[in-house]
Amino acid sequence: MNTVTIMQLFVFLLAGFVGFQTISRIPPLLHTPLMAATNAISGISLVASLVLAGANYGLLATLLGTVAVACAMANVVGGFLITDRMLAMFKRAPSPKTGASERSAAKS
Amino acid sequence: MSATIIQLAYLLAAFLFIAALRALGRPESARRGIQLAALGMAAAIAATLFHARIVSYEWIVVGAVVGAVVGYPLGMWVPMTAMPQRIALSHAFGALAATLVGVGEYLHSLHLGELARGQVIALGFEVLLGGLTVTGSVMAFGKLQEILPGRPITFRFQNAFNLSVLTIGVAAFAWLIVHPTSLSAAGLMLVISLCVGVLLVLPIGGADMPVVVSLLNSYAGLAAVATGFAIDNNILIIAGALDGLSGLILSIAMSKAMNRSFSNVLFGAFGAAPTAATSGSSAKGEMSTISAEDAALRMAYADNVVLVPGYGLAVAQAQHQARELANLIEKRGGDVRFAIHPVAGRMPGHMNVLLAEAGVPYDKLVDMDDINERFRETDVVLVVGANDVVNPAARTNPASPIFGMPILNVLDAKSVIVMKRGRGTGFSGIENDLFVDSKTSMLFGDAKQSLLELGIEVKNA
Repeated sequence: MNTVTIMQLFVFLLAGFVGFQTISRIPPLLHTPLMAATNAISGISLVASLVLAGANYGLLATLLGTVAVACAMANVVGGFLITDRMLAMFKRAPSPKTGASERSAAKS
Repeated sequence: MSATIIQLAYLLAAFLFIAALRALGRPESARRGIQLAALGMAAAIAATLFHARIVSYEWIVVGAVVGAVVGYPLGMWVPMTAMPQRIALSHAFGALAATLVGVGEYLHSLHLGELARGQVIALGFEVLLGGLTVTGSVMAFGKLQEILPGRPITFRFQNAFNLSVLTIGVAAFAWLIVHPTSLSAAGLMLVISLCVGVLLVLPIGGADMPVVVSLLNSYAGLAAVATGFAIDNNILIIAGALDGLSGLILSIAMSKAMNRSFSNVLFGAFGAAPTAATSGSSAKGEMSTISAEDAALRMAYADNVVLVPGYGLAVAQAQHQARELANLIEKRGGDVRFAIHPVAGRMPGHMNVLLAEAGVPYDKLVDMDDINERFRETDVVLVVGANDVVNPAARTNPASPIFGMPILNVLDAKSVIVMKRGRGTGFSGIENDLFVDSKTSMLFGDAKQSLLELGIEVKNA
């Protein structure tokens, strides 16, 4: 194995560790947005698709790359939009003060 | 020079991605975090356009425009109830992109005649994982969208057959590592991995989908990691590792909530159990029924009410009526919480999103562990469209197919009202002792209609 691969294994290990620590702390409340978000983030494979589509590797490779760009782009655009849309729905309850006034209003 | 700028942009993106996941730990900070991650993504994409290997932009523009046109409706117009199939579809997209890049890079290196063994190993993993995720996710999408039959499809010697197909794929991979230029081995491996994806999801029924969707999420992430190794790209390794791990963590959480062992999940050999689920507990005793009026009175004068929503609530599209009822009870001075079982819904956290969309504040949505401690102080529990997740047999009857599954202990509460369509057994065909318990009153009828009636009665009480 060459040094580049070794370095990549280090990156993989550390990213995995940080990811595990971070993701374990996300409450079940947000597990659907989490899945949508990681989906959008893994749309980063778009950068590999871009190189394949733009490089001059012959028609077949260019076509494969173009389809890959479309797929990854759909995930990036759709993924971030839907995650944001979902997270915008999660709202805190109105402060106790307004709740109390509603309650007294209902009783009067 | 441009290479350095590209790498620095990737570094920024990696930082923002991890920061976004950290921000997802709290609902208040989550949205800002994801917006910053989108910024990081934009920076990484923009920088990549200056990559030395990119010589023409026509096809990139074509692909990007098509992708954006497909992606926009997937982000803005898909209803929250359709979230599981939408996510399954995006796993398919992500994995397809990885697979195509893998095939393209392989053909290019083959053409140049400079295939290093390390690269072939990475590309092999990429195509193997990517291929099975593509077809597996398309199958999951079909089942969730009800294009394909949702029940498990099984045949004799299924596990042996699947295993031998997988073995052929692994053998082709091994052959490819020894002979990197063998195009037929590469093609065989691709075909096999596509078949494995179909075979993996065939025997899985609708209720097991949360595990499968999470597992496919994990595979899609690992395919991205392999892409990163194949083309020497650290950001792909990092983002793929995050994606793969989050899928893994979610599938472990889901399998725990359904009481399936983790090795079961890893090899996908599950889903056939419910067909043999008729024996076991036979619920003895009579169900006692309650009228909507009486049920409403009980809730209207209760201090603590807990609603237990199940997938039946989402099927009936009754989230708004449930929120309306909760608001009316709270106006009278009662406290209402929603008890969320991890597998309520068709994907991890699905029920939370559905209720948040209906306008339920997130501090009213309580996880299983927290709410189980509160049931003792609860006056009335209203179960809407949930069955297995409140079945006491999971704790008391070792013969039951769901024995050992963690449940919401609604019988700790002072009284329970169960809303149910009819007297038969539920979705899984398992008898439920809860329905005949002396604490339980049954309210029969359509969930949406009953919730509406309850709301009107609470208002008038």
